[in-house]
Amino acid sequence: MPVHVTLATYSDWMYAAALVIYIGALLLHAAQLAGRKARLPELVGVAAGSAERTGAPAQAEAPVAAGAPADPVEAAAPGIGRSERLGRMAVSLTVLGALVHAGSLLLRGLAVERVPWGNMYEFGSSICLVAVVTWLVVVRREPAVLRLGAFVLLPIVILLFTSGTLLYTKAAPLMPALQSYWIVVHVSAAVIASGVLLVAGVASLLFLARSANDRDGDRFARLARRLPAAGVLDRVAYRGTVFAFPVWTFAIITGAIWAETAWGRYWGWDPKETVAFVAWVIYAGYLHARATAGWRNGRAAWVNVAGFAVMVFNLFFVNLVVAGLHSYAGVG
Amino acid sequence: MGEAIGVLRNTWRGLTSMRTALVLLFLLALAALPGALLPQRSLNASKVDEYRAQHPALGPILERLGAFDVFASPWFAAIYLLLFVSLVGCLVPRTLDYARSARARPVGTPRNLARLPHHRAATVGLTPDEVVETANDRLRGWRVERRVEAGGAHTLSAEKGYLREVGNLVFHFALLALLVAFAVGKLFGYEGQVIVLANGGQFCNSGLLSYDSFRPGLRVDGTDLDPFCVRVDGFTADYDETTGQARSFSADLAYQDAADIEGGRWERSELRVNHPLRLAGDRVYLLGHGYAPIFTVTFPDGQQRTNTIQWRPMDPQTLLSEGATKFDPPGVTDAQQRRERQLAVTGLLAPTAFFDGSLLTSSFAEPRDPAVAVDVLRGDLGNDSGRGQSIFTVDQSMVETGRLVRVARQNLRPGEELTLDDGTRVRFDGVEQWASLQVSHDPAQLWVLVSALLVLAGLGVSLTIKRRRFWVRATPAQGHDLDGRTVVELGGLARTDQAGYGEEFARLATGVTTALDERAETERDARCRST
Repeated sequence: MPVHVTLATYSDWMYAAALVIYIGALLLHAAQLAGRKARLPELVGVAAGSAERTGAPAQAEAPVAAGAPADPVEAAAPGIGRSERLGRMAVSLTVLGALVHAGSLLLRGLAVERVPWGNMYEFGSSICLVAVVTWLVVVRREPAVLRLGAFVLLPIVILLFTSGTLLYTKAAPLMPALQSYWIVVHVSAAVIASGVLLVAGVASLLFLARSANDRDGDRFARLARRLPAAGVLDRVAYRGTVFAFPVWTFAIITGAIWAETAWGRYWGWDPKETVAFVAWVIYAGYLHARATAGWRNGRAAWVNVAGFAVMVFNLFFVNLVVAGLHSYAGVG
Repeated sequence: MGEAIGVLRNTWRGLTSMRTALVLLFLLALAALPGALLPQRSLNASKVDEYRAQHPALGPILERLGAFDVFASPWFAAIYLLLFVSLVGCLVPRTLDYARSARARPVGTPRNLARLPHHRAATVGLTPDEVVETANDRLRGWRVERRVEAGGAHTLSAEKGYLREVGNLVFHFALLALLVAFAVGKLFGYEGQVIVLANGGQFCNSGLLSYDSFRPGLRVDGTDLDPFCVRVDGFTADYDETTGQARSFSADLAYQDAADIEGGRWERSELRVNHPLRLAGDRVYLLGHGYAPIFTVTFPDGQQRTNTIQWRPMDPQTLLSEGATKFDPPGVTDAQQRRERQLAVTGLLAPTAFFDGSLLTSSFAEPRDPAVAVDVLRGDLGNDSGRGQSIFTVDQSMVETGRLVRVARQNLRPGEELTLDDGTRVRFDGVEQWASLQVSHDPAQLWVLVSALLVLAGLGVSLTIKRRRFWVRATPAQGHDLDGRTVVELGGLARTDQAGYGEEFARLATGVTTALDERAETERDARCRST
């Protein structure tokens, strides 16, 4: 199995290009948020009269007073505002970035004649692509989340940057332990679940900020007024998790089947297996919490955030620090 | 007495409540974490010892807590057993409930449909009976019940998505089955490792002693193992020229199962990573490989001894290996004398030698130009000390106490030899490959797989199917110019959290109202013609 060096080089260039494009989209999203900040008090002032003077939490009350829809910003901006235009440009840029990113992975795969998720650099890159695509799907189905762009793209850009620098691995054939068709099934399921759960985790985190602000207008005031309604955030988090949980279950089961073929046992409490199990239990807890009175909102969101934290821990700490059978990072 | 029953009942209710189950779930997650963060004896005992040496204060406490054996510890077992008791306590009543509700008729129509999350109203020129009949036709696949209320209104209750609860129950019962099958595997399974020389070396699954290491299940005592034998006739590895990374390993294998042993037949197979040999009850895996140097010692009296002992790889990339090949002087029966003249050849083995000055390293994993850098030690190997010995090292305490003394140090290539002060000659003849095999036995793993697939299927069903209800109330319209017309109210409710029932309800409601309008039109046409 030779390595096609030219293709691998092009793949690396496209990776860098995708990262730059994502950063551009991130900046546009940031400008979108900043634009909001500058315009809000003035517009709300017009709508609600003396809201500013009385010191009332303007964003929460103004629309109600004016009888406008629940969303102060959408209500204030006639037609498509400047900030929404910025947001849409950011999304278009993200689509471009995703295409270049997918091209980078495709070329990497062609260069080494195998699936492009055989080491941690490729794994991280694949997860990011899934997260970006998930984000684009969510934006299409729930336009209200457009404002989340910066918050979703930020962890993706960080993860891509880390993968492309610290974890970068030259294009190479797979080590014998990974030469199995199960790598196609098991790892892709893990990639898809991780990417979707990343978006869900961010949504839950922002849900917590937003609902804390709903209870007490002083908390996260600068952040929360730029966020969509708590209900929207909650829905994104829940639907994402409901989609990803069975995929994650599938990833664990196929992992066990592969482990039986490769290591002689289907389950051996290898650190990666253990943490995958912990994440599974936490996400199962999230789904149950959603059906339990008293846990439904705040606590369930905390559980989802904990699940996300465990996934990140599983990706970095277990692969890089803890030595186990899953140490395929190819770094250090 | 009554009080005691009350306490018991409350405990049971507490244990089987969802809140308790949630807390137990999180405890389970929390309890599993040290299993990933701390070295575990079941995975790597030497790492545990290393950790304990580094943390003399914390180590014994963790040891006592069972933190180096999390998954065999009583507290971990306590959590999952409580969780499963709680699960059973929740599942049994739910199954009974489901069995009852599976035969029950859909519930009556709520009085005020306008208060439901999904609602629509219309007025049509049909009788209440016709309205309900038309709606009934549109609701294929739904379980429906028609009722007539006291005020003359006709209602239709429809319900769908009963499979959701089935999926839910299957998921949880399959989890129970998974745990049971897992436990059975732990009781009746075993795992053993053995290193076999790849020059026709043989291994037979005849008992504990055939293995280098053996991990039995609780009900396995090492007798009555499934009889089979394997013979490794060769080993090939393929490496990338530039990076030195291995591309593939393959052991050329001959094996015989119980019937073959009777008949003395051998069957051929190829053992590779990810391609185990599957026999009736056992699986044989290729775990690793390495080199065994061949040393021949010619003693002063002319007697020769040749030993080929596996050395262990230190560097997986270049397979630079270390080890100790030990010799007993031939023909010496006196224990005292023997303890003065035992020999050990220890040091490094490089499959492709690269000398940095006289320092030996390996530049490639293939045996292209093997060489060894050895110390020869003479004296008491400590075999009679009663302590267990590693085959890869000499007993350092013997060296420290001066009972085992270094008498030579030299680099050797195949065919070269060194001579000791008493005339003993040690020759390095070359290297053999060895393969490390693992034998696994788990009689319940198929059931684990079946349970796991049921878990997945149940999960898929319970997360995709929504339990939802749809109601129709047709009330004769009141008012002088509305005679013969009927007020139709539609209501919908999903019993599932975040079900996204809205879209389906809208589609359904539009379907029903359209059908009603169409029917009203045909009825009117028919009436017009008849008058």
